[in-house]
Amino acid sequence: MKAYLPIAFAVALLAIVPFFTTSNVVLNFLVMALLIALAGQGWNLLGGYGGQYSFGHAAFFGTAAYATAILQTRYGVNAWLGLLAGVTAGALVGAVIGTLTFRSGLKGAYFSLVTLAFAEVLRIIASVAPITGAGVGTLIRLDLRPEAFQFQSRVPFYWIAVALVGLSLVVVRAIENSRFGAYLVAVRENEDAASALGIDAFAVKLGAMTISAAITAAAGCFYAQYFLFIDAAIAYGPWISIDALLAPIVGGAGTLFGSLLGALVIKTIGETTKFVTGDAPGLDLVIYGLLLVGVVGLAPRGIAGLLATTIGRLFGAAAPPEPKHG
Amino acid sequence: MLSPVILVPAVLNGLMTGAVYALVALGLTLIYGVLHIINFAHGAMLTAAMFAAFFAYALLGLDPYLAAVLLTPLFFLIGYALQRFVIGPAAHGEDRNFLLVTLGLAVVIENALLYFFHADTRTINVPYAFDVIAIGPAFVAVPRVVALGVVIAVAAALWTIMQWSDTGKAIRAVAKEKLGAELCGVDVAHVYAVTFGLGTACVAVAACLLIPTYYVNPTAGEAFVLIAFTIVVLGGMGSIAGAVIGGLFVGVVESLSSIFLGQSLGQIGIFVMFIVMLLIRPNGLFGARA
Repeated sequence: MKAYLPIAFAVALLAIVPFFTTSNVVLNFLVMALLIALAGQGWNLLGGYGGQYSFGHAAFFGTAAYATAILQTRYGVNAWLGLLAGVTAGALVGAVIGTLTFRSGLKGAYFSLVTLAFAEVLRIIASVAPITGAGVGTLIRLDLRPEAFQFQSRVPFYWIAVALVGLSLVVVRAIENSRFGAYLVAVRENEDAASALGIDAFAVKLGAMTISAAITAAAGCFYAQYFLFIDAAIAYGPWISIDALLAPIVGGAGTLFGSLLGALVIKTIGETTKFVTGDAPGLDLVIYGLLLVGVVGLAPRGIAGLLATTIGRLFGAAAPPEPKHG
Repeated sequence: MLSPVILVPAVLNGLMTGAVYALVALGLTLIYGVLHIINFAHGAMLTAAMFAAFFAYALLGLDPYLAAVLLTPLFFLIGYALQRFVIGPAAHGEDRNFLLVTLGLAVVIENALLYFFHADTRTINVPYAFDVIAIGPAFVAVPRVVALGVVIAVAAALWTIMQWSDTGKAIRAVAKEKLGAELCGVDVAHVYAVTFGLGTACVAVAACLLIPTYYVNPTAGEAFVLIAFTIVVLGGMGSIAGAVIGGLFVGVVESLSSIFLGQSLGQIGIFVMFIVMLLIRPNGLFGARA
C-alpha cells in the first residue's frame, strides 16, 4: 500500500482545491492541465516506460472523442456508456496500430513517424466523412444532468478529471510494480537482450500501447463532454499529440508523476505568457517556445530528474542513476 | 479518366512538385543521417526562408533565383549557429531533448513570424510565373522546370561534397562512428553544426524555388515538412539518392491520387503509401539497416 500513498496525497491535494476557490478561471485552467496530464500519462506509459516515442497519440484521443460524441448524438447512447465505448475504441485503435507497427519491427524514429501518419490519415478521413460531421464538426446537445455526464458547475467536472488522473496514476504505479512493468523497462533498455532472456517483446510493447491508448482515450472522451464540440482539427490535430508528449518529457519521462508535473508547468507557462503579452498575436508562443528550450536545457531529465538531483545534493545522498533511453 | 492527355501532364506536374519536396527532404535526411535526430524546426526554417525570399523581392526587387545565391549561405550560417550554440548545448546529446528543443524552436520561429508579419498570405508577381513550355502533350510551368533542374544540381553538389571533400568525409565518419571519428581528431560539434547548416541551406534553396509560384504565411512551411518526413522514410533515412527519388515519387503519387480521389483526399494517398511502405519494407527503398 505504501507505493500508493504519494498518489493518494496528490489526489487529495488536487481534490480540495474547489473548497478554497470556485473561480471558473482557476478550475478551467486546472481541468485543462489535468486533461493534458491524463493524455500525457498515456504517452508516458508507452514512451517513458517503454521507450516507444509516439507522435500520434491524437489517433486515440480523437477516436475516443468522436466515438463518445457520435454515439450520443446519432444513436442516443448514454454519455457514461459513451465514455466506456470511447475508451474501448481508443484501446482498439492502439492495439491495431501496435500490431501493425510492432509486427513489422518498426523502431525509433520510424515508429514515431508512422504513428504520426496514422493520426494524419484519421484526421483527413474525419474532415471529409459524413458521420463525423466533416468540416462542420460534431456538437453534443446541451443536457445539463449528471446522468448525461454534463454539469451546471465546473466543480464536478474538475473532480472527475482528478479522479481520472488519479486512476491513471494508480494504473501506471501498478504496472511499475508488476512483472509486466519490469519487462517493459527491460525492452526499453535493450530489446535484444530482453528477447534473449525470453521476454516476448512484441506482446509487451503491444500491451503497453493498448493500455497507453486507453488512458489517452479517456482524455479524449472527457474533452468531448467538457466542451461538447469536436472537429477533425481538435480531435486528431497535432496539438494533442504534441501536448501529450511534451507534458511527460518536460516533467520527467518514465516517472510516475512526470506527466502531471509537466502538464502543470507547461500550462502555467502557457497561460502566464498569454496573460503577460496580452493581444499581440504569437508573442506568447514565442516566449513559450523559448522557455521550453530553456527548461530542456536546464533540466535534461525533466523536472522530476531535476528535483531528484537537487534533493540528492541537498541531503548529500548520491543522485539516482540516470535512466537511459533508447 | 485514364487517357494519356490527363495522365501525362499529371505525372509531369507531380515530378515538378516532387522536386521541391525532394529538396526539403534532402535537408531533413542529411540532418537525420548524421545527427540521428528528427528536426522539427525544419518546416519553420522553410517558412522563414520563404519570408526572406519574399522580402528580398518585395523590398529590394531581388529576383528569387538571384536571392537564392545570397540566402543559401545566409541560411547555412543560421543553421550552423543554431545547432552549435542553441540546439547542441540545450539537448545534452539526448534524443528526446533534441526533439523538444527543435519543437520549441519551431514554435518560436513560427510565432515570431506571426507576430511581425501577421497571418496574411503573401505572394509575389514575377513576369515568368505563368510562362509554360510544351513537353509532349503537356504544358508545364517554367518555374517548375527550373525547380526540377536546380534540385538535381543541388543533389549532385551535395553528393559530391559528401563523397570527395574532407568535410564530407568527416561528416560521413561522424555519421558512421561518432566516437571513432572523435578519436581521430574530428571536431564532432563542428561537423554536427556544418551538417545542420547544409540541411538548412537546402531549405533556403527550396524557398527561393517555391516563392515565384507559391504563397507565404507563417505556417506555409508546415505542409511540406510532413510530406518531407514521409519522403525521408521512404527513401531511407540519411540517403541522398533516396530523398530525391522518394520526393519525385511522392509528387507523382500526390498528383495522381488527387485526380482519382479529389483534392481533399489527395494527401491521404501519400500517408497510406507511407504506412504500407513502412510495414512492408521498414528501412525504405535505399536505407541501410536502422
